[in-house]
Amino acid sequence: MIALLTRDLRLALRAGGGFGLGLAFFLILTVLVPFSVGPQSALLAVIAPGVLWLGALLACLLSLDRLLALDWEDGTLDLLATAPLPLESVVTIKALAHWLTTGLPLVLVAPVLGILLNLPTPGYVWLVVSLLVGTPALSVIGTFGAALTVGLKRGGLLLSLLVLPMYVPTLIFGAEVARRGAEGMATSTPLLLLAGITAAVIALLPFASAAVLRVNLR
Amino acid sequence: MTLTVSDLTIARGGVPVLEGLNLTLAPGQALVIRGPNGIGKTTLLRTIAGLQPAVSGSVQGAEETIAYAGHSDGLKPTLTVTENLTFWASVFGLGSIQPALDAFDLNELAARHAGNLSAGQKRRLGLARLLVTGRPIWVLDEPTVSLDTRAVQMFADAVRAHLGQGGSAMIATHIDLGLEAQVLDVGPFRAKLPALDDFDGGFL
Amino acid sequence: MTQTSKLNSLWEYANPKKFLSTTERFLPGLWIVTALCLAVGLIWGFFFTGDDYKQGSTVKIIYLHVPAALMAINAWLMMLVTSLIWVVRRHHVSALAARAAAPVGAVFTLIALVTGAIWGQPMWGTWWEWDPRLTSFLILFLFYLGYIALWEAIEDPDTAADLTSVLCLVGSVFAILSRYAVNFWNQGLHQGASVFRAGAVTGTDTAEKVSNIYFYPLLICMIGFVLLFVALVFYRTGTEIRARRIKALQARERMSA
Repeated sequence: MIALLTRDLRLALRAGGGFGLGLAFFLILTVLVPFSVGPQSALLAVIAPGVLWLGALLACLLSLDRLLALDWEDGTLDLLATAPLPLESVVTIKALAHWLTTGLPLVLVAPVLGILLNLPTPGYVWLVVSLLVGTPALSVIGTFGAALTVGLKRGGLLLSLLVLPMYVPTLIFGAEVARRGAEGMATSTPLLLLAGITAAVIALLPFASAAVLRVNLR
Repeated sequence: MTLTVSDLTIARGGVPVLEGLNLTLAPGQALVIRGPNGIGKTTLLRTIAGLQPAVSGSVQGAEETIAYAGHSDGLKPTLTVTENLTFWASVFGLGSIQPALDAFDLNELAARHAGNLSAGQKRRLGLARLLVTGRPIWVLDEPTVSLDTRAVQMFADAVRAHLGQGGSAMIATHIDLGLEAQVLDVGPFRAKLPALDDFDGGFL
Repeated sequence: MTQTSKLNSLWEYANPKKFLSTTERFLPGLWIVTALCLAVGLIWGFFFTGDDYKQGSTVKIIYLHVPAALMAINAWLMMLVTSLIWVVRRHHVSALAARAAAPVGAVFTLIALVTGAIWGQPMWGTWWEWDPRLTSFLILFLFYLGYIALWEAIEDPDTAADLTSVLCLVGSVFAILSRYAVNFWNQGLHQGASVFRAGAVTGTDTAEKVSNIYFYPLLICMIGFVLLFVALVFYRTGTEIRARRIKALQARERMSA
C-alpha cells in the first residue's frame, strides 16, 4: 500500500505528472474574479470565502480524469486487480495520493490567495480549517466519479457532470464555515457537519468505487 | 497449486463465446492456448485471472495464485526500470528484483526511464514483472509480441525455470516456444448460439 | 405455499418476452384511464373551481406543479428500487425499467421547476428563488442528467446497468444529503422566510392547507400523473427491451459471420 502511495506521489511530481496544474488553475481563477465582479474591496471581502472554496473545488475536479484513467490505459489497473491488494485499498490510496498532490497544496496556498481577495482577518484560520477538513471528501468523491468513467474515451466532461452534484453538501458546509469564520460568527455546527460528511465519505465510498472499478475492468 | 477449470462458459459483451471448457493445470505443467482471432482467448484468460465473471462453471485454485500479463504491461514511462519493478515487487511483498533483471537481461537498462525503452525492451520489463510476483501460476496473453528471437529465448528459459520450480503457465500464443507444453485448441469449444424463437434475460 | 408461488409468478415478468406480451395487453387500457384521469382532474381544476382570494387564478398551476413534483421524487425512488433488484437478482428488465424511467422523471422534475417558476413570479415577484425546496429539485434534476448521461455513454449494456445502479444508489444518498445541506444553507441566509414559503407555497403539505374544492381535483390529477408515469415507463421499457434484442441479434450476427 505504501508502495502504491509513494509510486503515485512520485509519478505526480515527475515531469508530465501534472503536479502544480491545479495550483496554477486556482491562482488564475482567483485573479480573474476581481476582473469579473469589479475591484471594490468590500465586495471582494464578502465573496472571498465562497470564491476560494469554489476555486479549490474546481481545481480538485481538474485532475480527476487522470486519477485512474492513466492506470487504466497502460494496464496497471488490470494488474493491480490481480495483486494481493484489495481494490478498496487501491482506490483509497489513489484518493489519498490525489489529496496529497492536489487538495493539500490548495489548502496551503488558499490563505495567500485570500490576500488577493481581501479576505477579512478572522477568516484565514477558518478558511484553512474548512478546506483541510473538506478537501479529503472532494478527493474521495472524485475517485468514485473517476472509477465510474474510467472506461470511457472522453469521460472528462461526464465525470464533471456526475461529480459536481455530489460536491454540493461539502461545498455548502465548507463555504459556510469559511464565511461564518470571516464574519466572526460561530462555526462549530457547519464544521461538525462538514467533518461528518468527510468521515462518512471516506468510510463508505471506497466500497462503491471499488465495486464500480471491478465492473469497469471486466 | 493445481488450477482446475470445469464446464466453463464465458461471454464477451453479453454474448457467450466459449462453452463447456474443462482443463487442469498441475504444477510443472505448461499449457498453450490456440485458436483463431476473436474466438475468446483473451476473454478466457481474463476470466481465469478473475478479472471478469464466468457465465457458468467454475475456476478453482486461482485465488492469490495467478500472475496475469495482458496486452499492456502496466509500465509508467516516467519511472525507471528499477522503480517499475520495485513497485510490483513490494505490491506482491517480495524483496529482490535482481533475479528478474538478470533473467531478462535488463541490468544495463536498470536506470533508464521506461518511456525511453523500445517496444521489445518494454515487453521484457513487463515479463520480468512476473518473476517479482512470486505467484505459481502464470497466465499470459500473447507474451511474445514485439520480442526478437533472443528475447523469445529468454522468455522461454524463464518459463522453463518457473516450471522447474513447481510453477505452471498458461500461455495464449501462436509461436513455438520450444517448451514441453500441452496444446489446447479452443476452436471446438465455440459457444453454440441459442435458438432464436424464445428469448430470455440474455435477449438471445 | 401460496405465498412462494405468488412470488415466483411475480418474477416471471422479469422475462422480457413475458413482460412484453403482458404489458401489450393492458397498456391500451392504461392509456385510456390515464387520459381520463388527467382530463377530468385538469378540467375540473382549471374551470370548475373558484379563484383563490389571495392568489387569484395563479393558484391553479397547483394541478400541474404538485403532481409533477410528487412524481419527480417517486420516479427516482422507483429507479432506486429497480436498480437494487438488478444488482441483487440480475433481471435485465429491471435495469431497463430504471433506464426507461430516468428521462420521464427528469421531465417531471423540469415541469415541477418550470411551473414553480411561473407560479413564483406573481407570488414572490421573482422567477427564481433559492428556496430550499426549489434548490433541492434543481439538484435532483442534475442527478437525473448525470444518470441519463452515464447510461448513454457506456456501450456494453450490462456494464451500463451495473454502473448506473451504483450511481443511483450513491446518488440517492447524496441527494438526501444535499436536501439537508440546502435546508441548512438557506436558513443560514434568510432566517424565517424560507419556512413560511416552503410550507405555504410549494410541496405536498399544501394539499392539507388548500380547501376541499381544490383538493379533490388535485387528488385526481395526482392519480393521473402516477398512471401517466406507469404507462410511460412500461411503454419505454418495452422499447428498451426491443432495442436490446436488436443489439443482441446484431452481436449474434457478427459472431456467426
